[in-house]
Order: sequence, then C-alpha cells, then structure tokens
Amino acid sequence: MITYLLKRLLEMIPTLFGITIISFFIIQLAPGKPTDVLADLNPKMTPEARERLTKYYNLDKPIHVQYLMWLKRVVKLDFGDSFSTDRRPVWTKIKERLSITILINSLALVLIFAIAIPIGVSSAVHQYSLYDKITTMLVFIGFAIPTFWLALLLMILFGVNLHWLPVSGLKSLGYENLSIMGKIWDSVSHLILPVTLEAFGGLAGISRYMRSNMLEVIRQDYITTARAKGLSERKVIYKHALRNALLPVITLLGLSIPGLIGGSVIFENIFGIPGMGQLFYQSVMMRDYPVIMGILTIGAILTLLGNMLADIGYALTDPRIRAR
Amino acid sequence: MYRTSHIAYRVLHILLPFITFLITAANCAKIDKEANAAQLTNNSTAPAAYGDTLVEGTIGEPSVLIPMLAGDSASQNVASLVINGLVKYDKDLTLVGDLAESWDISKNGLVITFYLKKGVKWTDGVEFTADDVMFGYKTIINEKTPTAYSEDYKQVKKAEVIDRYTFRITYEKPFAPALGSWGNLIVLPKHLLEGKDITKSELGRHPIGMGRFKFLKWTPGQDVVLEANPGYFEGRPYIDRYIYRVIPDPATMFLELKAGGIDWMGLTPIQYTRQANTAYLEKNFKKYRYPVPAYTYMGLNLCLRRETKTGKCIEKHPWFGDKRVRQAIAYAIDKHEIVDGVLFGLGSPATGPYVPNTWPYNPNVKKYDYNPEKAKELLADAGWKDTGIELPHWLPSLFGRMLKWAGWNIKDGVLDKDGRSFEFTILTNQGNTVRINTAVIIQRRLEAVGIKINVRILEWSTFINEFIDKRRFEAVILGWGLGLDPDQYDIWHSGKTKEKEFNFVSYNNPEVDALLEKGRRTFDMEERKKAYFRIHEILADELPYIFLYVPDATPIVHARFKGIDPAPLIGMGYNIDKWYVPAGQQKHKITQ
Repeated sequence: MITYLLKRLLEMIPTLFGITIISFFIIQLAPGKPTDVLADLNPKMTPEARERLTKYYNLDKPIHVQYLMWLKRVVKLDFGDSFSTDRRPVWTKIKERLSITILINSLALVLIFAIAIPIGVSSAVHQYSLYDKITTMLVFIGFAIPTFWLALLLMILFGVNLHWLPVSGLKSLGYENLSIMGKIWDSVSHLILPVTLEAFGGLAGISRYMRSNMLEVIRQDYITTARAKGLSERKVIYKHALRNALLPVITLLGLSIPGLIGGSVIFENIFGIPGMGQLFYQSVMMRDYPVIMGILTIGAILTLLGNMLADIGYALTDPRIRAR
Repeated sequence: MYRTSHIAYRVLHILLPFITFLITAANCAKIDKEANAAQLTNNSTAPAAYGDTLVEGTIGEPSVLIPMLAGDSASQNVASLVINGLVKYDKDLTLVGDLAESWDISKNGLVITFYLKKGVKWTDGVEFTADDVMFGYKTIINEKTPTAYSEDYKQVKKAEVIDRYTFRITYEKPFAPALGSWGNLIVLPKHLLEGKDITKSELGRHPIGMGRFKFLKWTPGQDVVLEANPGYFEGRPYIDRYIYRVIPDPATMFLELKAGGIDWMGLTPIQYTRQANTAYLEKNFKKYRYPVPAYTYMGLNLCLRRETKTGKCIEKHPWFGDKRVRQAIAYAIDKHEIVDGVLFGLGSPATGPYVPNTWPYNPNVKKYDYNPEKAKELLADAGWKDTGIELPHWLPSLFGRMLKWAGWNIKDGVLDKDGRSFEFTILTNQGNTVRINTAVIIQRRLEAVGIKINVRILEWSTFINEFIDKRRFEAVILGWGLGLDPDQYDIWHSGKTKEKEFNFVSYNNPEVDALLEKGRRTFDMEERKKAYFRIHEILADELPYIFLYVPDATPIVHARFKGIDPAPLIGMGYNIDKWYVPAGQQKHKITQ
C-alpha cells in the first residue's frame, strides 16, 4: 500500500509540471498585458511609463525565462507578488479568500450529499412513482434555474420585504458590538442564502447519480438472494444495496475536492462574498499572471490529490479493488 | 470550476481610470430641477450635529491607498478622503489652496512657489512640511516607482525646498496643467517612507494621512472603514465614520440600499428613472444628478496606411478621410434619440470634446441636428450613390443578395462608389450595454441613408491591444474620461499617433496642433479659453470623432444626510466633511 502511495505521489510530479507549463503559456496567449489596466487609454500614460511598468514586471524577458523565474520561486513555495496595483504576495491574497470559500463550499457539499443521497435512494426504490417524478422534477428545476435570478428573488423576499436575512456580505454593520450569540447568528444568517442556493443547484447531479447506481444494484442477484433469505426490505435496501451503491460516490467526493477552493463568480458577486471565484475572475480580467498561476497550481495540486484520495478510498472500501 | 459572468463592473473600468482622482476633487453648473428641489429641503432643516455613519456602496474594491500607485477610481476615492494635496479644485472648477496657503507664479509662468499651511499634522502627530512634498516628487519621478502619473512631473526642471513651509518648482516651459497636478499624488509622509520600497510599504493598506478622515480598518473584499480626523486642519467632519462597502453586483447593491445596508450609491440610468420611484425610496432617499467629465464618441479611422514607426499617415482613408462623409454621418445620427433611448435622458448630446457649461466649452459651434436628407446630399456630393442593376421589386431579396455575392453591382439601398458598397464595422467593448445599444441605434439610422453597419463586440483587453493599438478598425464607440483641465494634447495632437498613443484615429490639423500647444503654455485664462473655444469649433466642423453624448452621474443618498451640494464634474464628495445628520435622525451610534 505504501509503495503504491509513493508511486502515485511520484507520478504526480511530472503531471503537475506539465500542467504548470501549459497553463503558463496559455495565459500568455490571451491578448493583453498586465500593464493594460493601469495604462489603457489613460491619457496620462506615456509609452515610456508603460515601458517602465513592463520592465518592472519583467515582461520584457522572453517567455521561457519568465517561466523559469516563476518556477524558481514556486519550488521555494513562493508564488511571487501580484501584478495588480496593490502588489501584495499572491499567497496572502489567496489566503484571505480561501477560508470563506472553503467554508461555503464544504457546507454546501455536506448539504448536497445529505439531501441528494436519500432522494436518490428513495426515488430508486420507488421508481416511476409520483414521489420519484416530483423529486426528479424538483432537482432538475434546481439545476436548470438561473441561480443569480433565484438569488435576487430570495434576497428581495427575505432581505428587503421580510427583513429576516441580510441581503449580502458576511457581517452586519456594528458586528463588533454584538454579543457572542449575536455574532454567531449574524454570521450564520449571512451564510443561509448562499449555501442553500448553491446546494439547490448541485442536488441534481448527485441525486440522479445515486438513483441510477441504486437501480443497478437492486437488480443484482445478491439482492434477490437477500430478499429470498427473508430479510426485511429495510435491511435489503440500507444494508446490502446502499453500501454497494455508495461506492462510486467516493469517486465523486474525491473529485469534488478541487471544487472546494473554486468559487462561483456569479454567487460571490451577487452575495458580495470575497471568495476565490472573484479573485480568479478579477485576476484574469487584469491579466494578473502570478495570481492566475497561483490559483491554477493550487487547483491542479488539489485535483491530483483528490484523484489519489478517491483511489485510496476505493481501495479501502472495496475488497475487489484492494486485491489488485 | 470557475463560472464567469457579470461583467457589469467592466463598464467602470472603461471610463473611470482617468476620471479617477479628479472626480473627488471639484465642480460647476447644471443641476436638474429634481436635484435643486432636493437641495432646498435638504438645507432647510435641523442644525448640524456630530455623529452617525455613512456607508457608500462600491462595485470595485480599492487596491492600494497610496494615490501615485493606484490606477483605479475606488482607490482614488478613498485615498482622497485620507490624504490632501497642495491644491484642489473648488466647486466652480477653479484651483484653490488645500495644504498650500497660497502660491506665486512667476511672470513668465516658469516658476511656481507654494507657501504651505503651518501646523498641519499627519495623523501620527508629525508635522507636514515641504520635505514631504519634495519626497513625494522625488518618488514619483523615480524610475523604480511603478506609477502611471509621472509624466506631468517630468516637465519640472528643478524642485527645491526653500524652507519648512515653502516649496518651489521650475519648469522648462510654461505648463498650464501643471498647477492642477500638485494634488494629493505627490504628498507622501517622508518620515514613514524614507529609505523604504514604496511598493512594499504598509501604507498602501494602512495609510497615514492628514485628510478629513483617518484610516481605521480594511477587511479585504468587504469594506474600508474610516473615521473622522479630530485634528483635521479645517475642523473635523460632522460624520463619525465613513464606510466604503464593496458589493460587486449592481442589482444586489440596489437591494442593499432598500434593505438599509448602504446609504449612498451610484444608480444606473434605468434604476434612476424607473426603479427608484417607489414611495419608500422617495421618502427616505434623495436622488442627485450632475454631468461628469467624460464623453462618448464614435471614432472613425481617418487613415488607411501608416508609417510603422511614427504612425504618421501615408494614405488617407478613402471614405472617412473625406470631411463631407463624416459630416453626413453626423447628420444621419440622432443624438437626442441616443440620449433618450440608452441613457433614459440622463445625459446631454455632445458637440465636441468638452462638457457643456464648463469654461472651455464653446456654445456656438456647428451642431448636427438630425437631418437624413442633408446627410444624403453630402454623401452624394462625395460621390456616394446607389448604383447598379435595378432588380424588379417582386424578386425575392435573396436573389439580389446572391447576385451580389457573384460580384454584380445591385441597386439595393446601400450606397456605392468605385465599385465598393458603403459598409463598415463598428467595434465596441463587451459589458458596456450603453455603448452596445448606442451602436445598434446608429446602425439603424445609418442604414436609412444607405450605409450598412456591422456591430462587433470585443473583450476589453483584446479590443485595445489587437484593434485600437494596431489601428485595425474602421469605427469604434468609446468614451474618454477627462481631467478637470481641458488640455487634450495627447488625444488630438498630430504627433501622438505612435502605437499605443491616443490619437489613434490619426487626426492631423496644424492649427489644432498650434492651439493645443498654446493652451498648455499659458496661465492666462482668457488666452486659454480662446484657444479651447477655437479647438472646439474646428473639431465640431471637421469631426475626427462623431461626438455622441456626455453622461450624467446619478447617485442616491439617504435623506438624513444634509449639506450635500453637488456640482457639475466635481460631483458631491468634495464637501463630505460638511455633510451631517441632525441629532434626532442619527442611525448608527459608535460605542467603544
């Protein structure tokens, strides 16, 4: 097992290397330069000033040299400084946005799995029943509805008309003066709408996946055997069928790991949440190469790790795979 | 993993980078009736009182609070509350002393001596002196400082500190926009920055200033909190706290306004005219309206071939190089329709590169009222006629189009000359709905006089790099944000046509060149006014751009704030220290 793990880890290194090379060159292919935001059509910006900025950012060097400079820093775990006017270290910028994104995404992920798995299982068990049809329709509505529109409607209802929940942001004005309980409620109330909405949009995938897995498992011979043994339907479904149907979900869980740090730009913009999606979007628009590369690299590492974890999880739960 | 949409705030990036610090500074004439009415009720109430918090909503977050390093309007907005300059624009757009008590300009206009106010203190207690100005000047001209604003200061030949409170600069040539450049860009606390790398300085995130407000806290991605500076040299502001709250989505921001989360935001034209009329908003908020120093135009590429190095025009564009064609296009476009249709009336038609009712604006220039007949005449004069085989009208139009593809000249309602149809493409940038709608209206109006238009929308960075910089366009719709000084040398001078320079339509008129030079080389207001009036007149006649409209800013502020007195161009933030909330109406109490 340990040798297997080591092998997998070693395999990741060239893959990661390749990902960074491709990312680095592709973002340079997009027209435009980081100096554009400062300089474009600003009558005060002379060509000399533009050159000064280009030199400052080392953009005058050939692209492979730029890549090597970047790589040299990254192996020392330093993503460099942002090209935006604040020029803060990339890691600081990512760090201050990471926690809120991870929090919202994990809450939503837990909520999705907690709701989607029971829905999928029960609608498989009651295949083609009215219940099956209604839940199917609901999760597809969740999937298909433009979330930014639904978000605005809910904000109008709960924020403006009923005044139950705040409209946007993470803290209310005067947060410092609240009691401990008040502070907790304040934070929670700001998260309710974004987390619920994000979960609503994600239900369809997992629940449909769960339903089809379950349907497949129910048709297996060993389920018939279990029924023939005279086990109660409850036991058949939750003990024998569910366990087997859950196996592929582990893969999904592993693949969701990189998603934890990727925020949705739409959500974050609408709810005014300073998360990773906004940071990535802004840095792309500003051609802020170090930040883009930082986020892509972290995303790549998490994707590779997620894949590996999924495999390990598989091996741990499924004896058939462990054997090989 | 990342979904992108909501490019609404791109809209701002286009106009604002250069309105930037100017917008917070200064002022002039036309305020509509609504705002005037608001004004009356506004000032006739309870006496001024200290206290309360003002929350302003913003789409973009500030990036760095050292003015010379910042390029965005959000940073400049906040920085201008914390750091003052030597001079500032007053409500009527004249320059008045800020940190400078007064100044002398030598007879020949080459030497400016500033006499600084005494006893002004940085909020950390150290006195502000001429050394701080000198330090700021040296930093901004330093090659290592990544700033976009060094150009104005490179014109300075010599800068000297005469004594603690006297600072003198000498120019190579008289330079009229110079005085206005001594704002807060070049004031830095020497005692905190000397010997340090300004880009790595803590001051970018925790500024120390001497302005109306004192920096308190910055929560990244959420808000910047400032508090009244008790030691402000003109007396502390009435308002206790000012919060600049980041809400990237304009629709959400409007909901926050209704829910009471913010007190002040800029409305879009549709919000201003259609959505902000509810009883609740009318009762609790006041809307304001004033023109901003900016204009939107359709630029026509006047040049077909250029010298690669200098950008000098070798061959004029056969269509747009002809003044009659440009004038015809101007007559064919109904500017009032554009203002009413896309700005909901919140703006005014532009006749040239200056904002109506400001001093360089010449009211008596050629105006092009909507007149399609005249447009057709001018086009006919220039040789544009709809020629070719006339097909019987009962033939399906597809038939005609097929013949056209096959190379036949068909009489199809589109003008022709020298075997080519008058068809061109207007480029504009993605995310700016107002500009895209403008393009569509122009498309329809020009079709009516026989010009076929295609509209193409491009992402900003691509647009600028691949099309504007490389001069690969026929027509563009863009806007200029302007300073409060009327010097537009970089836009109109024939020497500014190199790649990346701003005379990208290749306008070339020796008289305009001379007038631009004259306008920036004299401090005599009458002389300058004469020069700019004439420039306006020539540009209105020759139309290197089809000037379209000057937009209005349309902010809304909670009605409990009194003392707001907006003025054209300069806006309303200039007297924020005089805003107050009467004692009984205060909403937020600060307890510590």
